[in-house]
Amino acid sequence: MTREEAFERLNKVFREVFDDDAITVGETTTSEDIEDWDSFEHINLVVAVEDEFSFKIPMGKVVTMKNVGEMVDIILEMGK
Amino acid sequence: MHQSLQYPFDSQLLLRKRKSIRRELLTGTNLLDKRIAILGGSTTHDVVDMLELFLLDQGIRPAFYESEYGQYWQDAMFPNSELEAFRPDILYIHTSNRNITAWPEPGDTPEQVDALLEQEYSRFSSMWDKLRETWHCPIIQNNFEYPFYRLMGNRDAADIHGRVNFVTRLNLRFAEYAQSHDGFYIHDINYLSADYGLEKWSDPFYWHMYKYALCLDAIPRLAFSVSNIVKAIFGKNKKAFALDLDNTLWGGVVGDDGVENLAIGQETSMGQVYSEFQQYLKEMKKRGILLNVVSKNDHENAIAGLNHPDGALKPDDFISIKANWEPKSVNLVQMAQELTLLPESFVFVDDNPAERAIIRQQAPGTAVPELDKVEHYINVIDRSGFFETTKLSADDLKRNEMYKENAARAQLQASFGSYEDYLLSLEMRATIKPFEPLYMARIAQLTNKSNQFNLTTRRYTQEEIEQTAADPDHITLYGKLEDRFGDNGVVTVVIGKVEGQRLDVILWLMSCRVLKRDMEYAMMDELAAKCLERGITEIRGYYYPTAKNGMVRDFYEKQGFAKLSEDEAGNTVWTLDISKNYHRKQHMIVVNEREGQEVEQ
Repeated sequence: MTREEAFERLNKVFREVFDDDAITVGETTTSEDIEDWDSFEHINLVVAVEDEFSFKIPMGKVVTMKNVGEMVDIILEMGK
Repeated sequence: MHQSLQYPFDSQLLLRKRKSIRRELLTGTNLLDKRIAILGGSTTHDVVDMLELFLLDQGIRPAFYESEYGQYWQDAMFPNSELEAFRPDILYIHTSNRNITAWPEPGDTPEQVDALLEQEYSRFSSMWDKLRETWHCPIIQNNFEYPFYRLMGNRDAADIHGRVNFVTRLNLRFAEYAQSHDGFYIHDINYLSADYGLEKWSDPFYWHMYKYALCLDAIPRLAFSVSNIVKAIFGKNKKAFALDLDNTLWGGVVGDDGVENLAIGQETSMGQVYSEFQQYLKEMKKRGILLNVVSKNDHENAIAGLNHPDGALKPDDFISIKANWEPKSVNLVQMAQELTLLPESFVFVDDNPAERAIIRQQAPGTAVPELDKVEHYINVIDRSGFFETTKLSADDLKRNEMYKENAARAQLQASFGSYEDYLLSLEMRATIKPFEPLYMARIAQLTNKSNQFNLTTRRYTQEEIEQTAADPDHITLYGKLEDRFGDNGVVTVVIGKVEGQRLDVILWLMSCRVLKRDMEYAMMDELAAKCLERGITEIRGYYYPTAKNGMVRDFYEKQGFAKLSEDEAGNTVWTLDISKNYHRKQHMIVVNEREGQEVEQ
């Protein structure tokens, strides 16, 4: 999976979770950029990402993710 | 009904697409608005979201109060202006074994463990007492799931110091409280977590990460289960089965294979599976669920199959058997009419996906569980919560008998020249009295279940019924009807609010099983008598139309009322002056004879 492919699939997950087809996420997107992205939606987002890429993100990583770029880093690392 | 919310549902899908599903469901009509307060011992955010979806699918539009994180006990015990403003219709206490504060220690004496148990239990029971006294509304309380580790291994179950043992005892105490308190319901997460798989359910990740007492993927299961209790409380349970025969109640096709070649009974494993399913349905029948057949078969073949010596179900176990070559949707709708039920009160069970699709399309609202293999029929039907039992009244246990009696009455009716002769031959006796403690549960049940013969469709909880009965500004009457074929039980309820010399009838309902028996006129006579005793001279009636109560649009007109007003929505207001010349309206039923009251004939 390339970084672009990961972003593409991730974007689909974001649109579903936040029910907003206008969302396009990039390397530096953070929760500040998406209106409904609060701590509760973050839980759904993480679970939906795990579901999409078929792996579990360990607790340590869930806590330290700073932006969508880092999320993609984890996906590419775990989803090998 | 939204297919993605029917059991077995895809939890991941519901969690991901909740927003778009919610949007679709909110376009539904005739939604019942209810206020639900969730008092949590852990995070409740997704519980609320999922519960909303399942309730909307059941026709209930919830508004939620959510306690601050972990504040369930404080919210219950101390004055809380937000909750007071919210005025809950239902309280749901979402606690788990993470909320147990003290566990037995290895050196504790049996007395010390007992004291500990009492301490944990009374922390909860004092909260329930307080909530009941404050809110007078139904309370749903989780019991406890088993701990996710066992310090002593298997001994944890047997030793009083074991946590498994402690949880088991605590759960029994919870159950005892439910047995002795109406309007208090245990939500059995002990069973649910076992069914789901405790190891996954209790994955500590979700507790430490998000303070969820269960894994996220299990939350739809939890919410679905809670929604089943809620919809049962508000009278939205199913009442009857419409069952296919071939490859549903037995293996094989009776018309082609012949009775002797059907798979049913203990001879083969396939036969055993079908037998277990028939047994399951027979147990359902004992709990008051009506069994019916809708089958594409010649009638005599259907009856021959049901008379198979190894079958648990016999033709006599069914109220209605429709075995013919008409479309099943036509049969189902006709059957519903004959039983004075709505198609949405039925669960349609058929192994054939095409038949299921037709029913979903032609009889929307009818529950149509997705079935795959016969060995899973029970799993799917049982977990769908169609018949979630919140109360088991004597009437429920007798319901099958009552429908049979009705069938006998219909036969008798055919043999009389006039309808009056027929009514007289029924030798009807009624008891019509103010609400009595014995019948509070049944009265509340009726207010929630009756849709067709219901003038205002006001729903009451049992607590509200009890309060209304005790209030001197209300006149309440229930009516019980017996005849030569049997006892119909409590079938009609009237509530009036006294406004000086006027009585506003805020509720008038009757079970359709006693339609056209003049019972509504007997009720009017008693109501008028009660009013006159109190110096009330005017009775005012209200009719609020719904999708289902068209049959009583002219009810007050037939009772001799005059129409006062009608708005664009079709709501009508009616008045009757009873101060002079009130004539008794019915002469077919002997009312309150046992107390030796005067009966005018």
